[in-house]
Amino acid sequence: MTADPRSFPETSRAALRDPGLRIALGRLRTHFALGRAQAVERYPDWEALRESSRAIRDYALAHLDTLLLRFEQNVYASGGHVHWARDAKEAREIVLAILRKADARTVIKGKSMVSEEVGLNDFLAANGIETVETDLGEYIVQLRREPPSHIIAPAFHLNKEDVARTFRDAHNTLDPERPLSERSDLVAEARRVLRARFESADAGITGANFLTASEGAAVLVTNEGNGDLTRLLPKTHIVLTGLEKIVASMEHAAVLLRLLTRSATGQDISSYVTVMKGPRAGADSDGGKNFHVVLVDNGRTPLLGTEAEEVLRCIRCAACLNHCPVYAAVGGHAYGATYTGPIGAALNPGLMGVQVARHHANASTFCGRCAEVCPVKIPLPKIMRYWRAREYASGVAPRGMTASLGVWAFVAKRPTFYAVATLIAARLLKLLSRNGQVHQLPIMRNWFAVRDFPAPQGRTFQQLWAKRG
Amino acid sequence: MSDRPRVGLLVTCLVDFVRPQIGFAAVRLLEQSGCDVEVPLQTCCGQPAWNSGADKHATDLARQVIETFEPFDYVVAPSGSCAGMIKRHYIEALVNDPAYLPRARALAAKTFELVSFLVQVRGVRALNVQCATRACYHDSCSSLRELGVRKEPRKLLSEVEGLMLAELVEPEVCCGFGGLFSVKYPEISERMADQKIVDAQATGADVIVGADLGCLLHLKGRMQRKGINMGVRHVAEVLAGMVGEPALGEP
Repeated sequence: MTADPRSFPETSRAALRDPGLRIALGRLRTHFALGRAQAVERYPDWEALRESSRAIRDYALAHLDTLLLRFEQNVYASGGHVHWARDAKEAREIVLAILRKADARTVIKGKSMVSEEVGLNDFLAANGIETVETDLGEYIVQLRREPPSHIIAPAFHLNKEDVARTFRDAHNTLDPERPLSERSDLVAEARRVLRARFESADAGITGANFLTASEGAAVLVTNEGNGDLTRLLPKTHIVLTGLEKIVASMEHAAVLLRLLTRSATGQDISSYVTVMKGPRAGADSDGGKNFHVVLVDNGRTPLLGTEAEEVLRCIRCAACLNHCPVYAAVGGHAYGATYTGPIGAALNPGLMGVQVARHHANASTFCGRCAEVCPVKIPLPKIMRYWRAREYASGVAPRGMTASLGVWAFVAKRPTFYAVATLIAARLLKLLSRNGQVHQLPIMRNWFAVRDFPAPQGRTFQQLWAKRG
Repeated sequence: MSDRPRVGLLVTCLVDFVRPQIGFAAVRLLEQSGCDVEVPLQTCCGQPAWNSGADKHATDLARQVIETFEPFDYVVAPSGSCAGMIKRHYIEALVNDPAYLPRARALAAKTFELVSFLVQVRGVRALNVQCATRACYHDSCSSLRELGVRKEPRKLLSEVEGLMLAELVEPEVCCGFGGLFSVKYPEISERMADQKIVDAQATGADVIVGADLGCLLHLKGRMQRKGINMGVRHVAEVLAGMVGEPALGEP
């Protein structure tokens, strides 16, 4: 990951100046939001489904300890292994150790945002293990040496011309005459290259959308079938995921599935739903002989019991990103983090520290659309505000801002003084205005950077009201 | 004893400072609906502090507002944002203050955004005003999502003689004001404003009507900077028939 969350003001400014990105982000509404709205409309009782899903996730979080242990027990019972990673470093090392033991040189991967979170690919590369992403979008950004820009559509920031150029640069076996102007051309080209990779890989790594405690199974949704291939073809399969993905049972997972795909892409169900339990056994006609689940904490459990804990309900559907006007303006890369948009803003200060991710929590108008579409009712603005309060209380907030707020609050707590101060200021601004507008002032530079300020009428309401008697 | 309810007008700091006319429009509408209006000495609801995480300042101001406004039958603000602060967030801000929490709850229960108060509480159906213009209505996010106010302003605006009301393509999308957001991330705020302005222009409207002065200041300031000649009006000005005066930001 090259970008840094601390550089958000600069990276977001650069993003706003990128005309190709603007075109790509313009598709958020047509690609995601409209489809979701229609799917919600079709569903008989969406609010009831949301409410039961919230309850399912809250139950899981309240019983995290026992459910995870039951999950572990059931994974072992079906012949698999469970590993616990406290942080990103442990997660990387556990995966490396499994791969070393399996003598794996090439790894295919699909759909694991947690692997992005822990920086797995670069680490494996540094240790001589090649990884190939198998999700089309993830494969494209891997070729471009970019991180995903969207948690379910990793290459959403690109237009199809960018993808064609990426393939022409990276695929040296590609016939220069072959057309790549249509989406179907691009899919066919990716498939041509990836098929060979699937067949030759020593190990497969996937994420999981849900882990079910009663069955010891992991559930994964994809639209490309790459999850199944990654799971079934290599002899070793590793599921790398956050430990909060646990739910009590397959019944619970099935309820959440109804919500997940509708919220994400507007599909009633994704093209593939892969249930992954244990290694090849008994009468199985395919599958690898080793099955590992790596459960990553990396800052999640410390959120339990805090005002931010509801963020752990998240099922990573990306509806909040798809409806966020800030995400729609700057895209994912500006955040410099794996989780972007409102979920990033609510989660990253917890995972990365308020000091590192403070801009994520601040870059929101609190418009509330994210919370409105969140399938599991996470109060995202409320959690962002909680991080702002932590930022303020811990002295991380910019001094200029806290000082200005302090002066303003001092005056606002003294109504008589306030009345005089606002009267003088209103007069002054009126005097400084031309044609009804104030164009520039030595203060509030950021306001005047992009807009004028409509001139006050010159007297305050309270003054005029007192005169009215 | 009068059976007219006593309404404390929370005029809001922006209306007080920038556009007193909106305050007088609110008073006229409230009085027409049969209320006695009073304006106690006041400053700000504290929302800028709350949204910045400055909890001490926010709770101090919340207590001040509670003390000032709890004697009234109702508290009405010509703003969804400030009404939302009192209705939704004072109880969050004062959750650890057993003395003030019940008072915050009581105040929240009797606080309303102006237009929804007129329609829901006072049963206002008809108006005797005119305004010959083509307008589009800009919902503020707090009116829409914190207070669930959507139909009320449209209902009353449809009663204004001569006013043609057009709908924005995405009325539920934020205009990018967001209080201090507009100065913390001005370029993102600018992009969001520009999108809203494009949408407003696409409706063919001459004027954007809204219930929150913050949004309107931001949009008008941006349009002025870009040389776009579209008016903005607070919904109270239109409903009270006070459109004779120059609109916000006009000479």
